[in-house]
Amino acid sequence: MRNNAIEIAGLRVVRGGTPVIPSLDLAVPVGQVVGLLGPSGSGKTTLMRAIVGAQVVDGGTVTVLGLPAGSAALRRRVGYVTQSPSVYTDLTVMENLRYAAAILGMGADAIRQALTEVDLLAHAGQSIGTLSGGERSRVSLAIALLGRPDVLVLDEPTVGLDPVLRRDLWGLFHRLSRSGVSLLVSSHVMDEAARCDRLVLLRGGAVLADGPLDDLLARTGTADAEAAFLALVDDAAAHDSVTRGAGA
Amino acid sequence: MSVTLTAPTVRDVPSRVMTVSLTAATARRVLTQLRHDRRTIALVVLLPCVLIGLIAWMFDGTPVLDQFGPLLVGLFPMMVMFLVTSVATLRERTSGTLERLMTLPIGRGDVVVGYALAFAVLATVQALVIVGFAVWVCGMDVAGPIGLVVLVAVLDAVLGCALGLGASALARTEFQAVQLMPLVLFPQLITCGLLMPRDEMPTVLEWISRVLPLTYALDAMQLLAAGGTWTAVRGDVAVIAGFIVGALVVGAATLRRRTP
Repeated sequence: MRNNAIEIAGLRVVRGGTPVIPSLDLAVPVGQVVGLLGPSGSGKTTLMRAIVGAQVVDGGTVTVLGLPAGSAALRRRVGYVTQSPSVYTDLTVMENLRYAAAILGMGADAIRQALTEVDLLAHAGQSIGTLSGGERSRVSLAIALLGRPDVLVLDEPTVGLDPVLRRDLWGLFHRLSRSGVSLLVSSHVMDEAARCDRLVLLRGGAVLADGPLDDLLARTGTADAEAAFLALVDDAAAHDSVTRGAGA
Repeated sequence: MSVTLTAPTVRDVPSRVMTVSLTAATARRVLTQLRHDRRTIALVVLLPCVLIGLIAWMFDGTPVLDQFGPLLVGLFPMMVMFLVTSVATLRERTSGTLERLMTLPIGRGDVVVGYALAFAVLATVQALVIVGFAVWVCGMDVAGPIGLVVLVAVLDAVLGCALGLGASALARTEFQAVQLMPLVLFPQLITCGLLMPRDEMPTVLEWISRVLPLTYALDAMQLLAAGGTWTAVRGDVAVIAGFIVGALVVGAATLRRRTP
């Protein structure tokens, strides 16, 4: 029995000479939808890339399902959706999924199921080039669902989607989590916080807060995630100046 | 809610550099992409014919086409395929599709060799069309066996693909990728013996020419034009094949699962 799908200790990532993630500790519990929220540039994508083993890291450990991130054994157990849809624009929806299915050893049924889940079955024969941005990112999501992974790492999967679709996708994420899948979903839109079982607020490559939304609101005495985020940033700034003042 | 996760057992496979089925799947995917891009296919197949046609027309009534035609039949496809391959793989690197691909259970060799196989199919079509055009339309008369001219032309084009795959690792932008063609191919063109017989070159240049693949590609075509047979060209063919394998190994080795 394992309680955490992802465990990160002392993760350090330096990009272009700047520490994007100075030192980060985080645990993502099994079977929950964890929202990774933070402004653009807070290190969400870098953190996710470290979890799927696509990022060169400079220190610390990232463990996924008990194995070091990027292990060959994890490649069929972790589904990853990049921020910009990683699909071949000159292929049709079906051709994209067929290639991924061949790699994952999945059949036509799995393709049909994944396309149904993202509501794109009707577009199966359409070229990606003729799809909207939101449809493309759903194709990208369908590919991540194909292999029925135990962990899903989704980088802003609902950006630019119409509210109905967004609601449907969050419904799908929760259905998956109930079946035991662990999801880490990033967003720069704070109002998606209410849809997550647990929140990780990220700023400047550091975890600002980690816990259920209700706890966060109670702790900060605020009404929504955005206000809580601001309160935490102000707190941290005040704390910084106090410690700096004490040090001087 | 707590869920029991089983320890990794049956589903786990060791990381392999290549498997036949995944290489084939990649080749099929790249061929499907090509099939959707009819204009590129038309350009790849017809452009070398236009160039050969121009030369045949210019030197009509002289033996120039018979002497140099086989060289050009080897050369043009190599250049075209180099460009097409380096741009195609760069696109894969920059679009994010490669990043996700590298998180999936596919070997690096599957990706590189899959690409090479797909472009080899295109190269074969290209070589057959250009040799057919040169012989039947332009009246090129090759002293050696025409089948070997086709074989060397295909190998040259595949070499162009393999070099393009290897070189694309050096390029970060499309502008750089396009510049790689003159960077990689032009020095070879200058030293391969086309401009000056290699035994008349300065010694150092002659040494350099020996380690560049185009020298052997050209030598094979020159031998065939002069009536050489398989015995004469098999050494060159082996060297070209060796360079193809080498460039593909470099291409696979420079593919990274983790990037900065």
